[in-house]
Amino acid sequence: MKKPWGLAVYSGLALVFLMIPIVYTIIFSFNDSIRSNTVWEGFTVRHWTNACARADVCEALGNSIFIGVVSTLVATILGSAIAIGLVRYRFRARAAINLALFLPMATPEVVLGAGLAAFFFNLGFPSGMLTTILAHVMFCLSFVVVTVKARVQTLDPALEEAGRDLYANPNQVFWKITFPLLLPGIISAALLSFALSFDDFIITYFNSGSVSTFPKMIYVAASRGVPAEANVIASSVFLFAIMIVLVVQITGSIRRKRLSKMA
Amino acid sequence: MAFAAFGSAPANANTGQNLRSGKIVLALLLPGLLYLAIFFMTPLVSLVITSLESPDPSGMIGSYQYGFEIQNYIGVLTDYMPQILRSFLYAIVATLLALLISYPLAYFIGVKIRRYPMIQRLAVTLVIAPFFISFLLRTIAWKQLLADGTPLMQWLHDIGLLAPSQYFIGTPAAVIFGLTYNFIPFMTLPLYTTLERFDVRLLEAGSDLYASPSKVFRKITLPISMPGIISGTLLTFIPIAGDYVNASRDFLGSSKTSMIGNMVEADFLQNLRYPAASALSVLLMAVILVLVTFYVKKSGTEDLL
Repeated sequence: MKKPWGLAVYSGLALVFLMIPIVYTIIFSFNDSIRSNTVWEGFTVRHWTNACARADVCEALGNSIFIGVVSTLVATILGSAIAIGLVRYRFRARAAINLALFLPMATPEVVLGAGLAAFFFNLGFPSGMLTTILAHVMFCLSFVVVTVKARVQTLDPALEEAGRDLYANPNQVFWKITFPLLLPGIISAALLSFALSFDDFIITYFNSGSVSTFPKMIYVAASRGVPAEANVIASSVFLFAIMIVLVVQITGSIRRKRLSKMA
Repeated sequence: MAFAAFGSAPANANTGQNLRSGKIVLALLLPGLLYLAIFFMTPLVSLVITSLESPDPSGMIGSYQYGFEIQNYIGVLTDYMPQILRSFLYAIVATLLALLISYPLAYFIGVKIRRYPMIQRLAVTLVIAPFFISFLLRTIAWKQLLADGTPLMQWLHDIGLLAPSQYFIGTPAAVIFGLTYNFIPFMTLPLYTTLERFDVRLLEAGSDLYASPSKVFRKITLPISMPGIISGTLLTFIPIAGDYVNASRDFLGSSKTSMIGNMVEADFLQNLRYPAASALSVLLMAVILVLVTFYVKKSGTEDLL
């Protein structure tokens, strides 16, 4: 290696580049701005202590959390079942099913959004909270399958065999052995699904009618300037999510270390 | 496989153990697949039907009746040709830029620092960190950082990189910049998952056999990274081609940077020209399907997920 540091410096810079707008968003949550949050006007924690000063921001946040939780719950159950079925059983039509699961991920959001809107419109189904949730479950589902599938593949079937050898019935084998082992994968799938739902704008914009969500509120506010309260909420969500990821990763690596010591 | 970085490292698939009950498979797969049939497949069919509708004889705006108006497609192709070409041009340039930026980064995280798992995990966390903060706010952050009169723009004017009358926001370059930035993680992750499993002893073998570093890269590293490059390109190109946030006037673009997505949004939500919006979506979807078919032909379906 001639330049051992070149790549390291480059990668550091690339990561810094990725972080710039994140840091900017967090800094501007402390901006002493009144309406539009575009120019730095001085430091304040005012927006943090009263994040719901703007009722529309908080209402949008509430809706986004509700939509995220409900769609994540449904998508995680449906998707985990598919993942287990796909890895554990051999059957024809596998290729078709893989394709059917991949296509929603490969379809541009604007096509999904317009398609669902046309579908609900043709049925005469009014768009609102329910149509938004139905749409979110659809695009989260495939991502849940991908994430849980990776976990099912690492599962050692010998553990389940051991359970069966000890006269556990299939129900007990599943709930006492398979499910706890899959849980970390199911949790990361649920987190990913929530993150996707929470940040979705395009599909939501086409299907939510008059219901406001956090990204929709930002999009509508973008022309006049986004209120600093939105930065406060986005920053808290970000810090909270990063904390969860770090905890999951650290506990994961401790577990692996313990397991490798045992082996 | 593209998003496997979110789960755990895949090990050997242990399949074929249970061949017994088709009933269990059905119970596991059917609800989810039925859901996709209703809320993914049917809407696409709905889109095709809407795209062929003709205006209602009553002449009311936003009213249409079932028909077989192939003319709608010719209409959008002639009306929106600039936007269609622009979308694919922006998507190609931004995807290539994202690949060029992401590849060394993914190589560094996946290969160079694999001896330090903690640092590696931290770096992966930083790559996915943008997912946790609103995509729209990040784009607005760039808009404000690169707006006229900011220190950065002032500096670019001072050193003569930008002419005094030149601005960045609203130009095609700004839109491509935003698209590249926003989709770098989608490129880096699949590249990383491929490179993470790359056996570096192959590199030593190559140089032992007197291959030059560039030859080692072309003959070993590049072919091995191909699955990551292909799925990263797909995962980046598709959402970019359909994106309309970066190109919209309130974000990084102007009326001169409109893409397919902007037109679908305007026609569907503002002008109530549902058939035109649907026809445009169907055309975009058709291009994407061609790309996916090409991918499946090349790599099969197992690697899709």
